[in-house]
Amino acid sequence: MFGLEKKDATLLLLVAALTIFAPFLLNPFPEGSAMAQFNAGYPDLMQRFVIFGIFAIGFNILFGLTGYLSFGHAAFLGVGSYAAVWMFKLLSMNVLPAILLAVVMSGLFALLIGYISLRRSGIYFSILTLAFAQMMFALAYSVLTPITGGETGLQLALSDPRILDGGTADGNLPVPGLFGLEMRDSAQLELGAWVFTFNIGYYFCAIVMLLAFYLAIRIFRSPFGMMLRAIKSNQQRLNYTGLNPKPYTLAAFVISGMYAGLAGALMASMDPLAGAERMFWTASGEVVLMTILGGVGTLIGPVLGAGAIKYMENIISKINSDILHGWFAFLPDGLEDFIVAVIYPFIGKGWHLTLGLIFMAVVIFLPGGLVEGGQRIARAFRRKKPDTPKSAKTEPAE
Amino acid sequence: MSKTNLTRRGVLRTGAVAGAGLALPTYLSAASHSGFTNAPGDSTVTLGFNVPQTGPYADEGADELRAYELAVEHLNGGGDGGMLPTFSSKALDGTGILGRKVEYVTGDTQTKSDAARASAKSMIEKDGAIMITGGSSSGVAVAVQALCQEAGVIFMAGLTHSNDTTGKDKRANGFRHFFNSYMSGAALAPILADNYGNDRKAYHLTADYNWGYTTEEAVRNSTEALGWETVAAVKTPLTQTDFSSYIAPVLQSGADVLVLNHYGGNMVNSLTNAVQFGLRDKQVNGKNFEIIVPLYSRLMAKGAGANVKGIFGSTNWHWSLQDEGSKAFVKSFGTKYGFPPSQAAHTCYVQTLLYADAVTRAGSFNPCAVVEALEGFEFDGLGNGPTLYRAEDHQCFKDVLVVKGKENPTSEFDLLEIVEVTPRDQVTYDPSIFGGELGTCNPGA
Repeated sequence: MFGLEKKDATLLLLVAALTIFAPFLLNPFPEGSAMAQFNAGYPDLMQRFVIFGIFAIGFNILFGLTGYLSFGHAAFLGVGSYAAVWMFKLLSMNVLPAILLAVVMSGLFALLIGYISLRRSGIYFSILTLAFAQMMFALAYSVLTPITGGETGLQLALSDPRILDGGTADGNLPVPGLFGLEMRDSAQLELGAWVFTFNIGYYFCAIVMLLAFYLAIRIFRSPFGMMLRAIKSNQQRLNYTGLNPKPYTLAAFVISGMYAGLAGALMASMDPLAGAERMFWTASGEVVLMTILGGVGTLIGPVLGAGAIKYMENIISKINSDILHGWFAFLPDGLEDFIVAVIYPFIGKGWHLTLGLIFMAVVIFLPGGLVEGGQRIARAFRRKKPDTPKSAKTEPAE
Repeated sequence: MSKTNLTRRGVLRTGAVAGAGLALPTYLSAASHSGFTNAPGDSTVTLGFNVPQTGPYADEGADELRAYELAVEHLNGGGDGGMLPTFSSKALDGTGILGRKVEYVTGDTQTKSDAARASAKSMIEKDGAIMITGGSSSGVAVAVQALCQEAGVIFMAGLTHSNDTTGKDKRANGFRHFFNSYMSGAALAPILADNYGNDRKAYHLTADYNWGYTTEEAVRNSTEALGWETVAAVKTPLTQTDFSSYIAPVLQSGADVLVLNHYGGNMVNSLTNAVQFGLRDKQVNGKNFEIIVPLYSRLMAKGAGANVKGIFGSTNWHWSLQDEGSKAFVKSFGTKYGFPPSQAAHTCYVQTLLYADAVTRAGSFNPCAVVEALEGFEFDGLGNGPTLYRAEDHQCFKDVLVVKGKENPTSEFDLLEIVEVTPRDQVTYDPSIFGGELGTCNPGA
């Protein structure tokens, strides 16, 4: 189906089903219950899941296939966001032109940075990309303030021209939309104690992510993808066979930069603001974490990793000591305080610590990331075939 | 690698499923329509406290959170009531807001606009917060304020000192109690002229971001109006920790005053460097070399230690103020946490009270009703003397404190002494000078 092998088509359908039913899957606990704290089915977080999924899928095309570790990928995300917001300001609140310009701009930046950085490989390449990204961050933060809005970020204003929309007269800013469908519009479905939110912006992002995912599968399975893997496994041998790997790596770099730009444009479409922090090196590091956590070189791994990290960032970080005390209120006072004191460093502002521990555990025990974890569980349940079938799945990073 | 099995039936089935999936969200109608976003139920109301818990301003954030918890306690009738009895408006009676018990959710802004917006969005979309407050940096405040405007909830800014928050980037749903760069400049300049004379040459070191620019501009304009000359203004990166290379050229420039437009850790480091270089012992142009820090906070003074002695700056509030409101607040904060509150804690506490009071006076949680109740609101008894929430830009106008690092501190908190309380009229400005448009209030859904 869709020009894919059966295995890949099943994976694509599975991802499609997961994204379509995410509002249900992510809201397993009834509203108002103590566990509702762990519900993640609200529009903003669901949007983040798929947007960072796109970002990580694109990053994986570079890192997973060619083995080139770019440490400055967030720069393209930022370029995409700025381009999209400028489109909103100047042209129209429709998201399509914004996304188009963002992808083109990030592609151009990727071409330039890639052309220079790809002269080196290994750690030198990583450092070069990191340097470029930090340079762009610094520029966006201060020198380019007229274009980027500096520290406060680039925002919409009532006085923006918006040529195609003819500007707005009333006192409130227009919202990004797709031919009249406003991105922030939501419908709610109440089933007993459960409330499920269906957000237009989320479904728009989900469709884009499915397209991006489909494209990634095609790239993975194409001769081009094979060539990229050859670069990863032994670039020298490739050189000796008379092939020049540079155009391939550059193409992979640009494609992956365009994915990042697409993610940036979607971020701006969901929330029309672009800030320089998006380009900071920690943001670049985050996408590396996502990819490794989920499984480098696998198709679905980066999406899972993105989801896991965004979930921690948004859910674990919001648990405060009051909520903890509420949970353990049934225990005797001394014991309650003790348990709260033990757990407290790992929640709220300590979510980075929890993330770090999980990351270490994954890297040590599941070098193939969450995907490997899933495979091990699946294998445990499927005893009859001791040999894993020669499948379409790719091998995790060495 | 490609294997296509298209059958008529298969296409129809896939099409129908996809169509149904896409149509689902539009088919369902918005469930509850109460006229505004997140209308609270009958028993509780949720406020969102969005403060930096990690990053460079984590200290301020922690103090802000303490103040919010104290405010919630007082609103719900707990503790000693803090500033409720001294507040000139008597609408609040310690039974929550409009009879609903106040609950709160917290989030971490990480002092990053994106993270702050994500956190605020989750408070609005997931926890049903009716008001968002907090922030310890102008970038974050401006970003979250714009978000609240779009979402249709009220934003009560915490510590944000840039002119932009209620200037270029003002929003109808956003309110700021804290003072701004312009007021700092206007309050400081006359004191500086009195103490250091009218013919000084100033050298600015400015943190390279929005707040730094507006502060530099404000101090420059107001000191130049009094006859000072600005020799140079050098931008320093926000992440800089060692300022020696920036301090060295100051002496060669012929300047006799150094203005440090830095905040937080930046200021602690640059001031320490400047003092270590012996700048304050120098004589230039026959005058003593002086250093100025436009925005002071107790937490910064603590970080810089003995180096702040005798250095002028401005602040929004200080715990040593002797009016009834300040005394009551310091007492209840001190009783609960064991040390006096910072200015960040004070402004956050006051903002929460002002919001609760506005809701009570308006008789509704509807953001538009709250905006109407706060616009042009005159109040007193919250520690800054008579204060006006100006309708044109949603900025509070009140006296500004000019402070000086104490020569002989008696405790680790007693680091600043108040030199002068600059009256409100002297720091009031025309709301149109910064541009920007307020827009109209947005009640959301």
